[in-house]
Amino acid sequence: MASYALEFEKPIAELERQIDELKRLATDRELDVQREIAPLAEKLALLRSEIYRNLTPYQRVQVARHPRRPYTLDYLHGVFSDFVELHGDRLFRDDPAIVGGLARLDGQSVVVIGQQKGRDTKDNLRRNFGMPHPEGYRKALRLMKMAERFGLPVVTLIDTPGAFPGLGAEERGQAEAIARNIEEMAVLRTPIVAVIIGEGGSGGALAIAVGDRVLMFENSVYSVISPEGCAAILWRDASLRERAAESLKLTAPDLIGLGVVDEIIPEPAGGAHADPEAAALALGPVLKRHLAELVRVRPEKLVRRRAEKYLRMGKFEEA
Amino acid sequence: MAWFRKDRRPRTSQRERLEIPADVWDKCEACGQVAPKDKFTRALGVCAECGHHRRVEAAEYLNILADEGTWVALDGKLKSVDALGFEHYKDRLAASLKKASSSDAVFTGTARLDGMPVHLAVMDFRFMGGSMGSVVGEKIARLAQRSVDKRVPLIIVSASGGARMQEGVLSLMQLAKTSVVIAQLREHGIPFISICTNPTTGGTTASYAMQGDVILAEPGAVIGFAGPRVIKQTIGQDLPEGFQTAEFLLEHGMVDAVVARGLLRATCAQILRLLRGAPAREGEMAPTGAAPEDGT
Repeated sequence: MASYALEFEKPIAELERQIDELKRLATDRELDVQREIAPLAEKLALLRSEIYRNLTPYQRVQVARHPRRPYTLDYLHGVFSDFVELHGDRLFRDDPAIVGGLARLDGQSVVVIGQQKGRDTKDNLRRNFGMPHPEGYRKALRLMKMAERFGLPVVTLIDTPGAFPGLGAEERGQAEAIARNIEEMAVLRTPIVAVIIGEGGSGGALAIAVGDRVLMFENSVYSVISPEGCAAILWRDASLRERAAESLKLTAPDLIGLGVVDEIIPEPAGGAHADPEAAALALGPVLKRHLAELVRVRPEKLVRRRAEKYLRMGKFEEA
Repeated sequence: MAWFRKDRRPRTSQRERLEIPADVWDKCEACGQVAPKDKFTRALGVCAECGHHRRVEAAEYLNILADEGTWVALDGKLKSVDALGFEHYKDRLAASLKKASSSDAVFTGTARLDGMPVHLAVMDFRFMGGSMGSVVGEKIARLAQRSVDKRVPLIIVSASGGARMQEGVLSLMQLAKTSVVIAQLREHGIPFISICTNPTTGGTTASYAMQGDVILAEPGAVIGFAGPRVIKQTIGQDLPEGFQTAEFLLEHGMVDAVVARGLLRATCAQILRLLRGAPAREGEMAPTGAAPEDGT
């Protein structure tokens, strides 16, 4: 755990190490160290909330990309039950960078779709670091159309650096796959709730994130381009990523302000990776509340409202 | 060896030297062919030698596609704002406004094409690389909505590097905004022809440029999701010859036809008539499906 500590998390990791040490000492020598641990634990909690209250936008990006952060499959097992994974786009192959299938949320059948990153190098090679190919988006669309046919709500979990920029992806129409998903989701006649759980990387995220409600975990980010990409293009220097992250307004509070996101889901102290179970516990009730509201709305009205919502987006002047 | 040398006397011209302005000639970037500039202009920026389509001004597409004197611009007063407080965005907007003839990276309006009413949008690459921000999204969405309301076909000529970084996620949302209306066009059976010119990449391709009932592309145009530089960086090797060109997309089934600039109007007219089930017009030009051999 400690080896994954981000730079600004180092003081937290250090304190955690001290507490662990004490505990080990206690078991080894059968000592009672409760009196010593209690103030340390208190200090740890304080430090955590202190550090996490004042994260810079780029630090949020780092938290969103944290290798211990809960991924789609973690939420699928933590929030939903009876998950049956469904594979393949029926056209080319199955893309492991997107997982999807049928599940239950507190008894309600739903279709769940999300990008999936790998936990280790081997897993990441298979999952392509959560960067889908066109076939991933086409699988997602297939499942959404199925949800529409059977009147099931769709829940999407977004966590991707972006759609994969590679030869095969371009050959098979990455742009077309994304464009089609966005268009089909705009008029899908069943409720869609999209949740940004980690990285919301541009078109590759939006391709499964057009929804009646768009929610965001507190330390997740959503942007038109990565801070590194933005800095490389604007200032020809990817190391200016902090400045780019500030400029892009990609944090959850920023996006609430811009009218792009509807609700922020609070994360446990120290971020979702500090307590994945608590993060899953936070997501469940929020999802249920939104779905309960949406399943009551007639499909025509749902689609009309969704259209109105997206037609309002953007800021401009009319002289 | 002095007897070998030719006695060099400066030759003086008998005639008065003809004054030729330096910019009369123009050279094709692709094949190096030198030709009088007005020859390029008359050929709509297409090289007579190799068929290379050079980028022409957005306004040129109004001449190419619209019947003379029928173009009426819409929503010209929409202006981009610096919603995020993004550094230098205001300056760049001001500089682009000076350079380009449009109020933002797209012209929208009504026109007639071979006598048929059409709604036409032309993206302007000179305005911040044809990037799609809130104004581009709004103008396209309004024009497409007008097409739904009046049942008039929509034609969008794309030339764009993608979403406009300086408007952050608001730019990204324009993909969804335009898609909402394009979906309605599809539902109502109103024809939408997308024309991809050089370049059409990023968010523009990942939305309306790839949503046409019919997608046409100019010869040689670079069309793709990720830019060639990004892909090269990702895969760590050089890209194959012709990767992401219009012809490559045709071969991979991503566009309906590669059409030379000079044939765009005739092709659109024929497609619109065929879609409507209208009879052929006398003297209707038969457009070619593949890249024409003669490069005209």
